Amino acid sequence: MSPAAEPFVGATSSTPVRHHILSVLVENKAGALSRIAGLFARRGFNIYSLAVAPAERHQRFSRVTIVVDAESAPLEQIVGQLEKLVNVVAISDLAPRNALERELLIATIQVDVNNRRALLNDIESLGASIVDVDAFGLTVMLAGTPGACDELERRLDNYDEVDIHRTGRVALPRLGPRLVD
Amino acid sequence: MELTGAQALIKSLEQEGVETVFGLPGGAILPVYDPLIDSTIRHILVRHEQGAGHMAEGYALATGRAGVAIVTSGPGATNIVTPIANAHMDSTPLVVITGQVPTGSIGSDAFQECDITGITSGITKHNFLVKSAAELPRAIAAAFHLATTGRPGPVLVDVPKDVSQSKMEWWWPSGIEDLDLPGYHPDVELDDDAVAAAIALIEVAQRPVLYVGGGTLKSRASKELLAFAERTNMPVVTTLMARGAFPDSHPQHLGMPGMHGFYTAVTAMQKSDLLISLGARFDDRVTGRLDGFAPDAKIIHVDIDRAEFNKVRRADVALHGQVAAIISALDAGLKKTSKYESWWRQLRDWQASYPLAYDEPVADGPLRPQAVVEAIAQRAEPGTIVAAGVGQHQMWAAQHWRYEEPGTWINSGGAGTMGFGVPAAIGAKVGRPDRTVWAIDGDGCFQMTAQELVTARSEGIPIKVAILNNAYLGMVRQWQEMFYDERYSEVYLSPDLPDYVKWAEAMGCVGLRATNLDEMKRVIDEANSINDVPVVIDFRTDATEKVFPMVPSGETNDAIMVHPSQRGGAS
Repeated sequence: MSPAAEPFVGATSSTPVRHHILSVLVENKAGALSRIAGLFARRGFNIYSLAVAPAERHQRFSRVTIVVDAESAPLEQIVGQLEKLVNVVAISDLAPRNALERELLIATIQVDVNNRRALLNDIESLGASIVDVDAFGLTVMLAGTPGACDELERRLDNYDEVDIHRTGRVALPRLGPRLVD
Repeated sequence: MELTGAQALIKSLEQEGVETVFGLPGGAILPVYDPLIDSTIRHILVRHEQGAGHMAEGYALATGRAGVAIVTSGPGATNIVTPIANAHMDSTPLVVITGQVPTGSIGSDAFQECDITGITSGITKHNFLVKSAAELPRAIAAAFHLATTGRPGPVLVDVPKDVSQSKMEWWWPSGIEDLDLPGYHPDVELDDDAVAAAIALIEVAQRPVLYVGGGTLKSRASKELLAFAERTNMPVVTTLMARGAFPDSHPQHLGMPGMHGFYTAVTAMQKSDLLISLGARFDDRVTGRLDGFAPDAKIIHVDIDRAEFNKVRRADVALHGQVAAIISALDAGLKKTSKYESWWRQLRDWQASYPLAYDEPVADGPLRPQAVVEAIAQRAEPGTIVAAGVGQHQMWAAQHWRYEEPGTWINSGGAGTMGFGVPAAIGAKVGRPDRTVWAIDGDGCFQMTAQELVTARSEGIPIKVAILNNAYLGMVRQWQEMFYDERYSEVYLSPDLPDYVKWAEAMGCVGLRATNLDEMKRVIDEANSINDVPVVIDFRTDATEKVFPMVPSGETNDAIMVHPSQRGGAS
């Protein structure tokens, strides 16, 4: 594992400095998530986002995807301390340039039927979709890169009444050159 | 065989070879105390749960085996948090069993409920909340495995009352693979390239120092260290956590480094061109101000814990693994050795100029605390174990006693827990009944945990306690004198309130007092002649005595202050 953080690639407004993605496989045991969160808190490591779900088709392990600030502490320290948690089974460390990162954004925008033209254009151009609608507003969803989610969030800033939820990102390593092109 | 959870818990401890546990019963742990009556395990009933924890630590440090403590839920559990934190800082193997309210009541703010696994998650190596009696054997076996392997540390097992009361069919894990620890792999493969890189650094070094830390003791590497040091003729320093890992009488031993380290040990590290760290962690009390620490030194960092590498000081070569195995690998691979003649000339010169010094004893008191430590040491049989609290007395005990073998120095290093000395000495004596055990304590520390002498007397654990009674919280007083313009804020304790002799006697111990040199020698001899009950000696010492050398906080180690009588020369 390389001790130094990769130079920052893939800046988004929500991750303005160097970040790394840690994909952590943990035993699905009571308190395991709190041990991870507690470790970050007491060692002063910053987390940008954290996504958790059961892993690998059974309930024994969970996958925790943590986007860490590689400037708050050396990545080597963060990984080294995480490894010592007995419930942590495996850690893979993804530099942004080697990672395929995706995030889900859902947002409800209160906008009446007569003023939706610009919004619908934005939604379409960013590849988002409408998942719910009524006379007073609509709910949109975007599953995309963190950058695309940031862009949608930025455009939604133009509306007065918006409720935005983001999941935090999940990531997998990019496939090797043999499969690309 | 059907057992209750409580019976299974005790049987599991027996399976682990536990001979002694330290504890105090209460509501939620009550079921566990019943089968204890029928067990071969000796239970030592403490007077405060903190005492149980420190005794278990003393036991572990003296024997190298895991110490075990059993306490109840709620305040019983929180009272042992300090020893757990202490053991975590010093990597001491400990298994702490706490009672918990019944599983159905967890989260309801039940009587004596507290979230002890939550409280201790940051200060244990791991902890378990056991949800069923059938899980108990595995949890106990896993706790001992975790506590004693890799980088050792405390493990807590929280046992709800209904779990210890319910029935289970007895079973015992068949081996490590049966412990269900998929994320724990303490065995480390040696990195041959890193060993080769370390040897390359060693072969060109002119001013190497073997920087020996507590991991050398935990790895039981003293024999390997001695052989390697003698073959390479390298100077050795032993940190506060490593006293005893290398004989103090050995001519290559420069003593203890750090804030109150020996001048030559501190300065050798400062001027070194190669520090070989063996299970040490570049603690701030050793490095002083980090940006000025050992500026010319390359670093070979040997540790079982990968997270120690580059945490404080960048390592030129990081060697991951057990200290003993890595020293052997270095020894096997090293072809070229040197005598380091000019380095040794320099070191001997420093040793001659700046030996450990203190004010001349005066015949008619008050006693010099350093002289008290030396007098006890002179009259102690070889192999005597010393336990200390935290403060000036601890530093004098670390400096002025000569430690010759592992397990003879027991103290609170990383956490700096006042009150550690008396209970730790009791635990050490339980673990090593063949040895004389002295607690060298301060008056402030003694008042924190002295009630455990009642435990010692009633359980027949004849330790000896030397109180260096200067009537002050002495280390704080020293800082206030030196760095706060002698403005003494809340540090005075009084020499005779409490009356330590009467207090000792009230606890069933022999109480003695010494106010001058003659009395000092007499009472030490008297204490040495008593082997059936604990002895407490109130040594009236000079409150103005300060610990030297001293590196002032925030300064680099180049700013080391030697004893005033040695100042004015080169430094």
